[in-house]
Amino acid sequence: MSQVNYLNHDKSIKSWLFTLDHKRIGIMYLVAVSLSFLAGGILALLVRTELLGPGETIMSADTYNQSFTLHAVLMIFAFIIPAIPAVMGNFVLPIQLGAKDVAFPRINLASFYIYLAGAAIALTALVVGRVDGGWTFYTPYSTSVDDGILFITAGVFVMGFSSILTGLNFIVTIHKMRAPGLTWNRLPLFIWSIYATSIVQVLATPVIGITMVLLFLERLLGIGIFDPALGGDPVLFQHFFWFYSHPAVYIMILPAFGIISDLMGTFSRQQVSGYKFVALSSVAIAFLGFLVWGHHMFVSGQSALSSIIFSLITYLIGIPTGVKVINWVQTMYKGSVWLQTPMLYALMFLFTFSIGGFTGIMLGVLAVDVHLHDTYFVVAHFHYVMMGGNVIAALGGLHYWWPKMTGKMFNETLGRIAAALVFIGFNVTFFPQFILGTRGMPRRYYDYLPEFTNLHVLSSVGSYILGVGLFLILGYLLHSLFRGKKAGSNPWGALTLEWTHTTTPPDPHNFHETPIVTRGPYDYHLAPELFGGDGAAGDGHEEEAEVTVPRGQATS
Amino acid sequence: MASTAEHPVHLQHHFVSSDQQFDASKMGMWLFLITEILLFSGMFVTYTVYRVWYPEVFDGMAVLLDWRLGGLNTLVLLASSFTVALGIHYAQVDNKKGLVTNLILTFLFACVFLVVKYFEYSAKIEHGIVLGDGFAPHGVSHGVDYATYDVMFAQQFFSIYYVMTGIHGFHVLVGMGLFAWITIRAMKGHFTSAYYTPVELCGLYWHLVDIIWIFLFPLLYLI
Repeated sequence: MSQVNYLNHDKSIKSWLFTLDHKRIGIMYLVAVSLSFLAGGILALLVRTELLGPGETIMSADTYNQSFTLHAVLMIFAFIIPAIPAVMGNFVLPIQLGAKDVAFPRINLASFYIYLAGAAIALTALVVGRVDGGWTFYTPYSTSVDDGILFITAGVFVMGFSSILTGLNFIVTIHKMRAPGLTWNRLPLFIWSIYATSIVQVLATPVIGITMVLLFLERLLGIGIFDPALGGDPVLFQHFFWFYSHPAVYIMILPAFGIISDLMGTFSRQQVSGYKFVALSSVAIAFLGFLVWGHHMFVSGQSALSSIIFSLITYLIGIPTGVKVINWVQTMYKGSVWLQTPMLYALMFLFTFSIGGFTGIMLGVLAVDVHLHDTYFVVAHFHYVMMGGNVIAALGGLHYWWPKMTGKMFNETLGRIAAALVFIGFNVTFFPQFILGTRGMPRRYYDYLPEFTNLHVLSSVGSYILGVGLFLILGYLLHSLFRGKKAGSNPWGALTLEWTHTTTPPDPHNFHETPIVTRGPYDYHLAPELFGGDGAAGDGHEEEAEVTVPRGQATS
Repeated sequence: MASTAEHPVHLQHHFVSSDQQFDASKMGMWLFLITEILLFSGMFVTYTVYRVWYPEVFDGMAVLLDWRLGGLNTLVLLASSFTVALGIHYAQVDNKKGLVTNLILTFLFACVFLVVKYFEYSAKIEHGIVLGDGFAPHGVSHGVDYATYDVMFAQQFFSIYYVMTGIHGFHVLVGMGLFAWITIRAMKGHFTSAYYTPVELCGLYWHLVDIIWIFLFPLLYLI
């Protein structure tokens, strides 16, 4: 490969470890976050295997409790929260803005190492103690079990710093580093959603920070802030926890919305329907997300009036979310839908996320929640939004940007097979859990009544199918690094700057000259010359012809 | 990478101009300050909840905090905010001596604050008013019988007092580190009217530390 790019301009280990290049930091995050996902996923498979039958199957109740706790902590704090912003946001955001880097490259690198340190501290809990109370750390249980909680809270606190620094960096970058002509109305919707995410990261994360400090001191010194014997209030902990952790689910889902918007526009060859509504609905969700934390506490003893208000605001979130889903469907209408692997994930997302969203509204209904609270229904809802929302979209985004990141195409056939396995496996795993929940199966339980056995077995079988699908993805993506076809600069025929104005893989400085933006991110009706799959500033490789792109028909 | 005719040393490669770099840095600092406010707001909420629940405990315990020392520290921090603002002014007019003098003064004021805080803490700890499990007020000094303050939920007030002032004190300590760093840089002549971003940013941070104390002082000592 003669062309100089960010991967080959300096190959030493040191050049990676001390890099200030947002693209390399994104790749390092990708590796770290994938390892967390792998570890969390293996724990999930163990938990599902234990639940194949009532009573002890493969592990003791104690190991089981620690397994699901660690699964959740790893997946939430070390995987989902950083996954899309820190990996794809880091890699793609500055290029989509036409910038050479994020505003603060050194802070960006620091955030990566802070993340690693936080994850390491949290995992120390495994060695020196144990944590088995679930990822919500509710007091007084969390402050009365073993010392593991000290490390988990310290780890979450440190990872929170990393999250804040990433969000802060992106907000400033989006405000101050846009290329000439790139107005707010021309920003790719991925940028809009990362912007909304970053606002939540900056505003909500400090609150979990102080909560973790107080919990840490409570466990270490017994300061009594959350201890009723000393006049403290455990419910105050729940308020603090959910004041962060509810907005945090929007930190997890908003970037997914951004990826889906980009995929819908690109693979439908159409302007994303209702661009401004889709863009601003992200901001609306970010805002409303701060006002609904109490819907996690309907049965925790908050006043009936608060519960009613929280319930009503929870319904409101359905509006901007619905605006998005309807506009995505509308984007495909009369478009030239191209069913490549990334688009398969986008379609999958519409299905799984909608189920997750609708069941969320059900849980927001006060009377229904009293029945469904702390059952598998909540577990299923949560996984439909987090896995069916965030992870499916992240997989779509990973496939979409994989050629840009690595310069290689993955095997499309295997991609489709894996997508089918993920879709089937996911639904078989989690749909039965809705039914289990409505029938009264409580979440987190080690044992269950014999009549729940069939649905539990079905769910476990689904998780194995899902596991096979995910390992297949890992396999063919790694294979593509060595044997994959070389990717052209714009294999999907997309119109955002990372495809039209950079080489593949990108130059170390992204652009040879700063791009000047004269159109919107999905203006397919204005740019028929780009449908052939090559960018205006393509790198001129012959291999581009290998990847064919059908000529879409622009409808005005 | 496009090279410009004039490329100041402080300008990082990914920025187009010094103005863009300055604006970006300043915006980043403001966002960071917002996160600081939210961090402290968690503690202010805790304070408010327990003050509303146990008003008589909070009234009674506040008496044990010495408003004279708290007031002195308030004046010290206000003075330091003034000196850091002066420092920024001198940086803008290229007066290196004025800048260095004011940065050193700011650093010294921060030291005074922590020394006063040390005496306040040790006077409490001496009488068994500690953070956490060992809480057991005892002894008599200056006509105050500490044992009479060992009432139900008294610990709650002092937990909040120690956590809030402790985290605030930690910020003062960080501020001292920052001022030591930029004082050395200022002595080396790194800052001119064309580039004084770190001075400006440390100044912003310091004003926030000051403002938080302005709230802590009346809430804990006076009311």
